Amino acid sequence: MSELVARRKVAVAKKAPKRKEKKPSSLWWMYTPSLVIVFLFILYPFLNGIQLSFTNWNGFSQSYDWVGIDQYKRMFTDPTTWLVVKNTLLYGMGSTILQNIIGLLYALLLNQSIRMKAITRTVIYLPVIISPLIMGYIWYFFFAYQGGALNDVLLFLGLDKINALANPEWNTWIIVFVNTYQYVGVAMIIYLAGLQSISKDYYEAAQIDGASSLQQFKNITLPLLMPSITINMVLNIIGGLKLFDVIIALTGGGPGNASQSMSTFMYDLYFKRQDAGYAATQGVFMAVIILILSLAALVYFRRKEVEA
Amino acid sequence: MTYTDKKKKRLFAGLAIFITLVHIIPFYILITTALKAKGDFSSKWVFPKQISFENFSEAWKLTNLGNSFINSAIITLFSAVLLIVLGSMAAYPLARRQTKLNKFFYFLFIAIMIIPPLTALVPLYNLVVDFGMMNTYEVAIFNNVAAFMPLTIFLYAGFIRSTIPKELEEAAKIDGASTLGIFFRIVFPLLKPITASILIISCVYIWNDYQFAIFFLQDSAMHTLTVSLANFFGANQNKLNLVAAAALMSMLPMTILFLFLQKYFIKGLSAGSVKG
Repeated sequence: MSELVARRKVAVAKKAPKRKEKKPSSLWWMYTPSLVIVFLFILYPFLNGIQLSFTNWNGFSQSYDWVGIDQYKRMFTDPTTWLVVKNTLLYGMGSTILQNIIGLLYALLLNQSIRMKAITRTVIYLPVIISPLIMGYIWYFFFAYQGGALNDVLLFLGLDKINALANPEWNTWIIVFVNTYQYVGVAMIIYLAGLQSISKDYYEAAQIDGASSLQQFKNITLPLLMPSITINMVLNIIGGLKLFDVIIALTGGGPGNASQSMSTFMYDLYFKRQDAGYAATQGVFMAVIILILSLAALVYFRRKEVEA
Repeated sequence: MTYTDKKKKRLFAGLAIFITLVHIIPFYILITTALKAKGDFSSKWVFPKQISFENFSEAWKLTNLGNSFINSAIITLFSAVLLIVLGSMAAYPLARRQTKLNKFFYFLFIAIMIIPPLTALVPLYNLVVDFGMMNTYEVAIFNNVAAFMPLTIFLYAGFIRSTIPKELEEAAKIDGASTLGIFFRIVFPLLKPITASILIISCVYIWNDYQFAIFFLQDSAMHTLTVSLANFFGANQNKLNLVAAAALMSMLPMTILFLFLQKYFIKGLSAGSVKG
């Protein structure tokens, strides 16, 4: 094979001058089908959504009025918007912080030589491949008021049952917890790969210099893990801000709007409240928030990478 | 090995076992719930004294789960095939021919990755109704293909640039092969590793998709697994045993695949995560 390639190389080299004169064609027809699909199903609707955000369309009637920036005014003065944004940020940031801290700790542990650590890794990673909707239901069995596993424990201990999922103080945190439980395996695997790429020489040199484990972690492990931290942060922020399925499964956004995220709120506005124009406005706002936060995270951590 | 080293090792092993057990809890509860007979109101933590498979057969019948399995499988399979064929074909010129036009479209594909699909939902719904595509396989397939196309192109283009020697294609060209011929006979077979990753990423996410399916597949004959399950849950919120059985059955195919092909799953899914 390689011999063939080498021989061909010679042939190519001989013919090279002649071929240089011709400008390379773009072969645009090869990506046209993909472009059409992406344009029709993402780009056009997205641009159309920006347009709809300036209307009072209800989602089904043939006609609607242009209302200028009224929907935007409404959005910024609507207290629900800020509640929903607060929740969305909590889901995005809360799960990101938890997944990264716990994921890193798991990776550090599994980077040791422990017997049967493959089983631990499998169990931690398994939820990643399960639908977030099913994951939500699985945890519902744990937190449910009637016959939930948590209340079984409380009853056993002689305590009162709690309705955790209907409590607006707790249920947002339960959603963060479930999302963390489900995707902590991804962070763990990325950190494990990062840890394994760090040369052992650094640690040996540090040990000779008498550095403590904590110092080694701070001065060797953490800086060299920065690329993995960037990936994890950006990935988790985007995932957390878009959270939808888990919320539907656990609380449906309730009670009231208490645990609603921007995604579920948009869904409600469109399908349950026939307020499509306003749903589009919320959609534009959500895209802006995700864009700003993920770019900010990317730039911030990339800069750290360079310093390291 | 010193004494403290041994102690440390034991501590780590203990910790690993503890973490494993904590992570298993929800699955354990799912299984005990699903296996308990209707009248069995014992604690969820206790394994049922008498195992009952009633819940499974009843849930299977009530949810029409068989039909949903087929729908999910069809949508996942066709989406994955389209993604791989069209995506690899699109990535090839974008990776190889650095013309102005191609640079622009590559940038466009990558920029689209940032748009959250849900924000395009309201107008997309309109469009789908206008096309008469509501409740069809096509809409689910094209939606999923569109959602994963930018990532697919990004991964293929990166792989082609970094690992496929240009000389190979040039040699074939001299032999008079057509562009498409060169691509499918020479380049595509070399893309196997990244194709495997893309296959796993797209299959896992499309199989588990709920957001698109709930909007565009509202007719019960077209329901996918997640939609059937969500409806079933909504109607039987108090019959936890039945819902647990249905949930267990719907997560089984992917779980079995994962346990057998774990290495490929983890590698594939991590390949997708470099998109940040």
